[in-house]
Amino acid sequence: MATANPTLQSPGPTVGSRSFFAKLKEGDEIARLVTFVFAASVVLITLLLVYELWVNSVLPRQKFGLSFFVTQVWDPVMDEYGALPFVYGTLVTSVVALLIAVPLGIGASIFLAELAPPRISDTLQFFIDLLAAVPSVIYGLLGIFTVVPLMRTVIYPALNKPLGFLPIFKGPSYGVGFLTAGIVLAIMVIPYIISVSREVLLSVPRDQREAALALGSTRWESTWKVVVPFARTGIMGSIFLALARALGETMAVTMVIGNTPKISASLFAPGYSIAAVIANEFTEATGDLYLQSLIGLGLVLFLLTFVLNGLARILIIVTTQKGSKVAN
Amino acid sequence: MGARLRWRKFVSNFMLTMTGVCAFVSVIVLFLILGYLVFNGGTSVSWNFFTKLPTPVGETGGGMANAIVGSAKLLLAASLFGVPIGFLGGIYMAEFSGSTIASIVRYSADLLNGVPSIVVGIFAYSLVVLPFKHFSTLAGAFALGLMMIPITLRSTEEFLGAVPRMLREGAMALGASKWKTISTVIVPAAYRGILTAILLALARVAGETAPLLFTAFGNRFWSKGWGQPTASLPVMIYTYAVSPYEDWHRQAWAAGLVLLGLILIINILARTILSRGIAVPRG
Amino acid sequence: MKRAAMFLGAVLALGLLVWAQNPLLINGAGATFPNPIYSKWFDVYHQKNANTQFNYQPVGSGAGIRQVTDGTVDFGATDGPMSDEQLKAYQDKRGSAILHFPTVLGAVVPTYNVQGVTGALNFTPEALAGIYLGKITKWNDPAIAGANKGVSLPAQDIVVVHRSDGSGTTYIWTDYLSKISDEWKSKVNRSTSVNWPVGLGGKGNEGVTGLVKQTPDSIGYVELIYAVQNNIPYGTVKNSAGSFIKADLASVTAAAAGAAKEMPADFRVSITNASGKTAYPISSFTWLLIPSKIQDGAKRDAIKAFLKWMLADGQAYNEPLSYAKLPKEVVEKELKAINQVQ
Repeated sequence: MATANPTLQSPGPTVGSRSFFAKLKEGDEIARLVTFVFAASVVLITLLLVYELWVNSVLPRQKFGLSFFVTQVWDPVMDEYGALPFVYGTLVTSVVALLIAVPLGIGASIFLAELAPPRISDTLQFFIDLLAAVPSVIYGLLGIFTVVPLMRTVIYPALNKPLGFLPIFKGPSYGVGFLTAGIVLAIMVIPYIISVSREVLLSVPRDQREAALALGSTRWESTWKVVVPFARTGIMGSIFLALARALGETMAVTMVIGNTPKISASLFAPGYSIAAVIANEFTEATGDLYLQSLIGLGLVLFLLTFVLNGLARILIIVTTQKGSKVAN
Repeated sequence: MGARLRWRKFVSNFMLTMTGVCAFVSVIVLFLILGYLVFNGGTSVSWNFFTKLPTPVGETGGGMANAIVGSAKLLLAASLFGVPIGFLGGIYMAEFSGSTIASIVRYSADLLNGVPSIVVGIFAYSLVVLPFKHFSTLAGAFALGLMMIPITLRSTEEFLGAVPRMLREGAMALGASKWKTISTVIVPAAYRGILTAILLALARVAGETAPLLFTAFGNRFWSKGWGQPTASLPVMIYTYAVSPYEDWHRQAWAAGLVLLGLILIINILARTILSRGIAVPRG
Repeated sequence: MKRAAMFLGAVLALGLLVWAQNPLLINGAGATFPNPIYSKWFDVYHQKNANTQFNYQPVGSGAGIRQVTDGTVDFGATDGPMSDEQLKAYQDKRGSAILHFPTVLGAVVPTYNVQGVTGALNFTPEALAGIYLGKITKWNDPAIAGANKGVSLPAQDIVVVHRSDGSGTTYIWTDYLSKISDEWKSKVNRSTSVNWPVGLGGKGNEGVTGLVKQTPDSIGYVELIYAVQNNIPYGTVKNSAGSFIKADLASVTAAAAGAAKEMPADFRVSITNASGKTAYPISSFTWLLIPSKIQDGAKRDAIKAFLKWMLADGQAYNEPLSYAKLPKEVVEKELKAINQVQ
């Protein structure tokens, strides 16, 4: 990943140190300042968001403290709130979604970037981009009408009969549950992976491919061992996008996850996610502790994203150092 | 030509076919969704749909004209807010900044991207609606624009960074200043990827309901200017889809179809308008 | 680039395009349950008064209460009456009181999908409470079978479905269960969102209906209109007088009539488990929340005029949309209460 090219200063008529105003006149400094302001504003907005969430969730922090993270109860009548079942559901559904979407998405992007003729690739890309525009609520409704029955009649028997001894495939299925939500989420995030990965793959210089082929590799080998690693950071970026979308998705998930705040090992069991419970209960929540507990959940999700992103980044650094370095 | 080579060729053909399968599966899903929308909502997409205001339940002849215009206004304003921030910020990260600042900004963008859309809506409510005590199109655009920033920012940085060094050095060698290099050489070289990302971000926010509920609110009538509540396609879809009435359900599906059509048109327009005069060889 | 700029300019202008005369825009937010009838009323009213636009958005009762307290909307709407704390919060924030005005009546019905059962099942209060507490687990349990002699119920586990999103429907259902079951009241109590002992959560009426339709041997609860409009089978419920009543407009109005006589002055009343031989026990009012002090004179007059119209001509539109009318006594009391809006 190319970071800045800081060594390339603008060549001017005078060399050596110039005053601030001289640099300003040359336009580069203005460009630097202006773009800096915009980049900084992103950080500022994020900080402001965290601040707002923090300030508006003070009541549950006072009342529950750290136990908010590990309590399993969610009782609006008794005013007892705990985040654990929702954190669990968010993690499980997002992981399932990525496990499905990443291989499919990368595979499809390889096909579109390397194999398909340009016209077909472009046309198909148009349509795949449209998938990203389908409103969440439509995904949810389609999930109820198609994925849920599919789960009950096809997927559940196929997995439970042979593999039912595994804890993740145990128990009855109502059609809704972690796996169903994961499947619906996978469909929703695939366009991001395909779209961005395809563009990144297309921007890999042709000579990389040709060099590998000239050395006698098969088409697949040149793609998988040379082109894809070259595009690795961009592809990882697209996976980050997909992960973020999966973590924060509300409507579609709440329609197919079963909305039961319980932790279960089985993927067929109904569950709940942070974004889903906020979407379900925020508009009706009355009572300050209730409302602020929901906002507190929003903060927890923020933390979760923070941690997951950090872990993923560490993973990238570790594998990049271990694996071969690709010249830029 | 030994067994090893035959095996490698087999693996190659197999894996490449698998990628085709992946693409096929992804596209099939889309066509199923489109088919569903057309089947259920196609009959409701009529001239009335595009020109009339919503009518109460049971009355035919109603449409979603105000929601269509509302969505268009919201998307336009959201882009004007979110795209410059993401684009220029991305330029800073790719061209000017050191790696620490770039990491911080990147991290922030990823965090912002993961915020549930309803939380963005709540944030926008307390920032833009509460102080003025009324809902508005601008508030909705603010919320949607926020959601466009991360994708735009990350992708701009990514694609600018992928521009080959040769191009940069060539421009510098000709005496161009840094900014000139960026604006006339590097950005055009990366424009395709950046545009894709912007359109992706636009598509994503076009279908968002939750952030609009507390900002743009909704409107049964025409919304004048930018300071009043406005109807939008996703909110109408949501309201109609969860109602008890079959007629409203069909209108919801039709609205979904129209929304996708709107995005498709924007996609095509943007790509044609902005591709004039920029010819960069692929690969 | 020039082309792009022109295009942008044209679209920006479009935003300012529609500038007819300046009608009065009054915004309201709240319950989703009465949205169909409210949208009908506001549309008809607008046709008679072209200069007044009532813009109502069904964002949820809780959001409606909050937004009218914040002052971001001119009026609210709720399926469950505001609590004393909420009334006080409004008073503290706005310096005056907020008024409740009942508008229509609705009901919540038990819907089910039991293999081999095609007709309407009878449910006793004990059966419903037991099912939702998780204590009655099979369909052929005596508590259910006893009320349905002649119907062969399977020995299958009951799959319980409830609402996942906070809603007035849940409020009405749990309010009823709290009244007829002490155990329910102490364990779960009533609210728009509760800690359900058992069951799957469906989002919205359509979520519950969808789950029930697709899950064999399941039971759920939905609004009456929803059941009627979508031809969903629903059962009867035994009322306090001992009869099994199927919910319909007449039985719902009967429930309200009983309550009308003891209606408190602020109209905040629950009519579940109402007395009356033909009363349907899981019925409820839904309310508009009107500030008692409205600064803007034009808005104040428009709102008062609308309320008067709603109580008289408006009620005629209720029944075709499956909402029950307000009883006469309640209408009279409300007409007097309109004068409190200043």
